[in-house]
Amino acid sequence: MNALGATLFSPLAGIFLLAFIGHRRWAKTVNLLICTATFVTALLLAIEVFQQGPILSVNKLFYIDGFNVYLILLNAFVGMTTAIFSGPYMDHEIAIGRVDDRRMRLYYSMYQGFLFTMLMALSTNNLGILWVSIEGATLATVLLVSLYRTHESIEAGWKYFIICGVGISQALFGTILVYFAAVRIIPISEEGLLWTVLQQHAGQMDAGVLSLAFVFLLVGYGTKVGLVPLHNWLPDAHSEGPTPMSAILSGLLLNIALYAVVRFKMLVDPALGSHLAGNMMMGFGMLSFSVAGLLLHRQYDVKRMFSYSSIEHMGLMTFAFGIGGPLATFGALLHMIVHSLTKSAIFITVGHATHVAGTQKMSNIRGLIRTQPFVGWGLLIGTCAIAGFPPFGVFTSEFLLFTATIKSYPWLAPPLVLGLAVAFAGLFRNLQPMVFGEPPVGQEAVVANMWPVFVHLTLVLWLGIAIPTVLAQWLNQATIMLVGKGVL
Amino acid sequence: MLIASLSLPEQVVLTLAALILLSSFLLLAQVRLDSLINTFALQGLLIFFATVLMAFIAGKYHLLISAALTLFLKVFFIPGQLRLLIIRLNIRREVEVIGNPSLIMLFAAALVLFSYYVALPIRELSLLSTRNTIAISLAVVLIGMLIVISRRKAVAQVVGFMSMENGLFFAAVVSTYGMPMVVELGIAFDVLVAVILFGVFFFHIRAEIGSLDTDRLNHLTEVEK
Repeated sequence: MNALGATLFSPLAGIFLLAFIGHRRWAKTVNLLICTATFVTALLLAIEVFQQGPILSVNKLFYIDGFNVYLILLNAFVGMTTAIFSGPYMDHEIAIGRVDDRRMRLYYSMYQGFLFTMLMALSTNNLGILWVSIEGATLATVLLVSLYRTHESIEAGWKYFIICGVGISQALFGTILVYFAAVRIIPISEEGLLWTVLQQHAGQMDAGVLSLAFVFLLVGYGTKVGLVPLHNWLPDAHSEGPTPMSAILSGLLLNIALYAVVRFKMLVDPALGSHLAGNMMMGFGMLSFSVAGLLLHRQYDVKRMFSYSSIEHMGLMTFAFGIGGPLATFGALLHMIVHSLTKSAIFITVGHATHVAGTQKMSNIRGLIRTQPFVGWGLLIGTCAIAGFPPFGVFTSEFLLFTATIKSYPWLAPPLVLGLAVAFAGLFRNLQPMVFGEPPVGQEAVVANMWPVFVHLTLVLWLGIAIPTVLAQWLNQATIMLVGKGVL
Repeated sequence: MLIASLSLPEQVVLTLAALILLSSFLLLAQVRLDSLINTFALQGLLIFFATVLMAFIAGKYHLLISAALTLFLKVFFIPGQLRLLIIRLNIRREVEVIGNPSLIMLFAAALVLFSYYVALPIRELSLLSTRNTIAISLAVVLIGMLIVISRRKAVAQVVGFMSMENGLFFAAVVSTYGMPMVVELGIAFDVLVAVILFGVFFFHIRAEIGSLDTDRLNHLTEVEK
């Protein structure tokens, strides 16, 4: 339990510490040290959970099980590697005069704040605190989206604030309805939002109220997941903010919102005894997946393009959780990891690429592989991985999902393959000239640290070839919790 | 269901609920920013009274803490902060033209009907006194959303947003006698931070486009310009 306390405490302390020293030259090192501390403690926590099984804190406020422990670890890990990238990236932004001292303090402080709220959302046992934390994550990032104070970034920030704020209010209404259904059967009303308590009583709650609640929850948290047609804020917010933020927004925040939806689905399913929640998720997921795949073809901004790719993958995961069944769920859980690792690696590479070219416009980014081979190769391999090429992990999870679709809903298999092909074409028509084209005269290499990208992609490759036993067991545990049956 | 068969305090709660809904309609129609903020404070005050009354009806005295939080946040702090902002930004007297107000009003009325329809399964479960109030709180949430959508001025959008929060809080109070305390405090903290951030944003938007007209935030598009 101490490991959990430390995991939450280090980013919390970081918020205040970096608010004062964020403008110093060595702030990036402090930021990295705090993130490393968070990662190490998260690792200890994971070992503890692996040895002892699910942990419930004494005050019942925190609960760690197979479903959230690997997401906590993933969060801490990507937070750490992105902090490695963020150092030289933000130094470059300071050098070209895009940010000043005050904004650097805000940036580092909120970087930690964002990690804190996400870890809080994952580890809490209280579904109300889950909402508070996810809203907190919006509040922490909204000023980072508008960090550059250009017209576009302020517009993106405002849009993000309003759309996500209004959206997530619906989720709070859904949470209130769940609480309303819960207090009728749970004697102690203070415990009516505790996940561990609700899970035991899930079957007894009123079906009518819960199905209504799930509609609100799916629309609310779905806004944050970026499901079509509630996705408008996402490409703007992800493309206008600093690239390290894009990496963790795309890689981590979307996962957490989906995590919230799935947690509620686990309560709603036994109460309803039908596949209503799953059907809704399948519908929204398929729509997001198809629309985002098509929109990939129309993009002109490299960060916008990869944001749409995130929507596409979140749609795929929502669809997979919607199908239910052990295979699809296992695939979706695995997809959460490989998508996070790959997408943050891509955004890190894209960050360096935009510094090389001095623009985010894809028509002006040319010949990366000649100017700076590591960045060019990183972008090429990363995009291959995200498009679902074997032997990368994304292929494995998509293959599992595809198999599950053929088993349960064979008529949905053709649109799935078509969607994957459309997305693949959308990515590669833009990627090819950026990587291989003729570099403009005078284009020079920048200081880049490609280690995070290398590590991420190696992990994704590893997960594609052989999933470590520990992870496979967690995923299996989570699958058993979600659908009652494992795959191992 | 006969209103007269309810006890007096319950009848008062229902009356307050009706007034809260009325104040939502007023917010929707109010074109002057300073009056808009005053109406918002009035809505907060009505919710404060309803919460106090619920606390005594049900004997749940922890609701009094929530009521005090509402009084501080929704009646004094948020309206005060917004008033300060519109004075500092010098837009106190600004009047907003609402496109097609009668259509929007009709739409809001339809939203109320829709809320009653949606709340049917809940109402069958619930006690007599809270039957109407859940539907009304949902209507307040949805009308708040309509305010955010139909207004162009950033300040009015924020008022709509906060009015949604009002609806949610009212829903929690009338359906379940409030959320667990730790959640209530968390939500209040989020609202507090949100208001401060909105204030920061007003200045940024003003500095960038010279007004708070969010219609002019239209640079981001799907196609290249």
